[in-house]
Amino acid sequence: MTFGEDSRDPGGLRLNPAELVPGLDTGPGGPAGRPSAPDNRSVPSHEMDIRIPADVSAALPSAAYFTGAVFWLVIGSLLGFLSSLKFNSPDLLSATPMLTFGRVRPAHLNAVVYGWVSLAGAGMTVWMVGRLCRTPVRWTALLFLSALLWNAGLAAGTWWLIDGQSRGLEWLEYPRPAAVLIAAAYVLFALSMFRTFSARAVKHIYVSLWYILASLTWFPVLYLVANTFSYSGVAQAAMNWWYAHNLLTVWVSPLGLAGAYYFIPKIIGRPVYSYSLGVLGFWTFALFYNWNGLHHLVGGPLPTWAVSLSIAASLLMFIPVIAVAVNHHMTAFRHLGMVKRSPVLRFVVFGAVSYTLVSVQGSLEATRAVQEIVHFTHYTVGHAHLGVYAFASMVLFGAMYYIVPRLLMREWPSPWLIEFHFWTAAVGVMLFVVSLTFGGWLQGMAMAEEGVPFLDSVAVTVPYLWVRSGGGALMTLGNLVFALHFTWILITSAREGIRPVPEIHAAAGGR
Amino acid sequence: MSFVRLVLFFLGVLAALLLGWWAIVGLPESMLAKVAAPSGLKPYTQEQAAGRETYIREGCVYCHSQQPRPEGFGADQSRFWGRPSIAADYVYDTPHLLGTMRSGPDLFNVSVRRPDSVWHYEHLHDPRHLVPGSIMPRFPWLFDEGTSAPAPEGRVLVAYLLSLDHTYPITPHDTVESSP
Repeated sequence: MTFGEDSRDPGGLRLNPAELVPGLDTGPGGPAGRPSAPDNRSVPSHEMDIRIPADVSAALPSAAYFTGAVFWLVIGSLLGFLSSLKFNSPDLLSATPMLTFGRVRPAHLNAVVYGWVSLAGAGMTVWMVGRLCRTPVRWTALLFLSALLWNAGLAAGTWWLIDGQSRGLEWLEYPRPAAVLIAAAYVLFALSMFRTFSARAVKHIYVSLWYILASLTWFPVLYLVANTFSYSGVAQAAMNWWYAHNLLTVWVSPLGLAGAYYFIPKIIGRPVYSYSLGVLGFWTFALFYNWNGLHHLVGGPLPTWAVSLSIAASLLMFIPVIAVAVNHHMTAFRHLGMVKRSPVLRFVVFGAVSYTLVSVQGSLEATRAVQEIVHFTHYTVGHAHLGVYAFASMVLFGAMYYIVPRLLMREWPSPWLIEFHFWTAAVGVMLFVVSLTFGGWLQGMAMAEEGVPFLDSVAVTVPYLWVRSGGGALMTLGNLVFALHFTWILITSAREGIRPVPEIHAAAGGR
Repeated sequence: MSFVRLVLFFLGVLAALLLGWWAIVGLPESMLAKVAAPSGLKPYTQEQAAGRETYIREGCVYCHSQQPRPEGFGADQSRFWGRPSIAADYVYDTPHLLGTMRSGPDLFNVSVRRPDSVWHYEHLHDPRHLVPGSIMPRFPWLFDEGTSAPAPEGRVLVAYLLSLDHTYPITPHDTVESSP
């Protein structure tokens, strides 16, 4: 692999036929985070005999998930941008019931969370599990069916929300049939992953795989519990926010962390900083993150002790967050030159840094003093985008820029478009988060001030909401360019065919 | 990783999730399940319930909360949004509509502030006509196109909004014990 040390390769993007399929199969840093051969050396042929079947088996299922992911990224971005513009201009498209804010906004949230992030995460997971278990992915037929059901669920759910058939519970808006389709899709996906894991040809289980295995166990239970119990009133609100916050615990964050744990050491070619911190970070993450949900209801009509438990758990999140931060940043910051050169690494490191920021912000935000001001304001919306976009989505973009060429045996057509995507996404999300953080804070201060008319809390946000829309426009533009680029590489591959692996392997002299 | 350690891994992971559920959902629920409706709270009429469906359908919850906060926590009390809500106020609410955003004001007691149905019709038809600087969308489809008279969906929504009055007195009996 030519990452880093070869100036011809910007890092992770170009396929080098000499080694063909890069990667260290027991994890980027080798077993237990110990150093092993970095990617920039030629890989022995017996290694290739393991990697090639693994990658080939993952190629089509991963590509299927990624295609759906990109579709929902476009839909979700457009819906989000429209929601944002409606704050600046409330009469925009306001005569059409299907495009009213209260329908477009949940359609946006569900499309990006259950569509873009989930499908991109599934695509990344399929490829990574094959690599980390050193074996071909099993039961791939289930994965195709899963991708199909997942997209069907999203299409039906989105349509129903736009059509005004929401269940009315935030993050659980899709009517039950759509939820059932998505749950079934997830179970098929998990079955294939567990089957592959049980056929693993490796003793050591790398950190990324811990997060993936935990996630595969958690999500079905979470989704089942949240969709089964029919509470009402305040107990339902507790369940609602246990679910909504835990969707980040059990799915979005593990995906982002698994990706960051994989790609940072892999591209740099150095092991993860500390194995022990990895263990500490994982188990404290598993223990404390699950208790956070009720900080969404601070000051509400719940038993105070339950809310206090969630606040305490939110503060305890400092432990896993610092452990993970040291592990990621100590590895990356020692090789800043490579972060500059490698677009993949830049996306992933941007995501990893955002994870630290969003987590620290989240822990502080959960306290009563801060909640009194920022609860019910745009500040929270900024926080959500720092998590789901600046962290999870940026890691997933990086992962896709790395994985897709290895699935299709073809390099990205235009490095320039990748640069463009990075800067629009990075600048866009910073504008978005910073404007809403300040605007939301001022909104909260006005709202908490006795004697200030409520409308002042609306008026104070106006300029900030314009900047937010500017950031949203950049993010949407970058996402559209990414979708275009992805379509381009997909169409070229479909037209010219995917080059069979043994051929490239032979061309490289069988190394 | 040995088989035993793997089993422990999965059990640990599952226990972590279920322990969290028990602590912040299961336990509170078992207490809240004993809460009965205060004598002043009436179940929704058919019309009000239909209006609540419209409220859900148009996504009002994404801008309006329904949970006035106590004195000393925000300025809700100084805005006359009503006494701090208690769990018993919500016994008829499925799905709950507590909300997480106040792009617009809290609506838990909106009918106390705005008891006039005409005001609500005009406001839903064109919010900025009555409230300059408002960023609420218009809802023209809740009205007949030609006459601007409220359509049935508009009428039930306003019936629901006018039902939002939780200022009835509560007794200590209505509040849930706030320690486990």
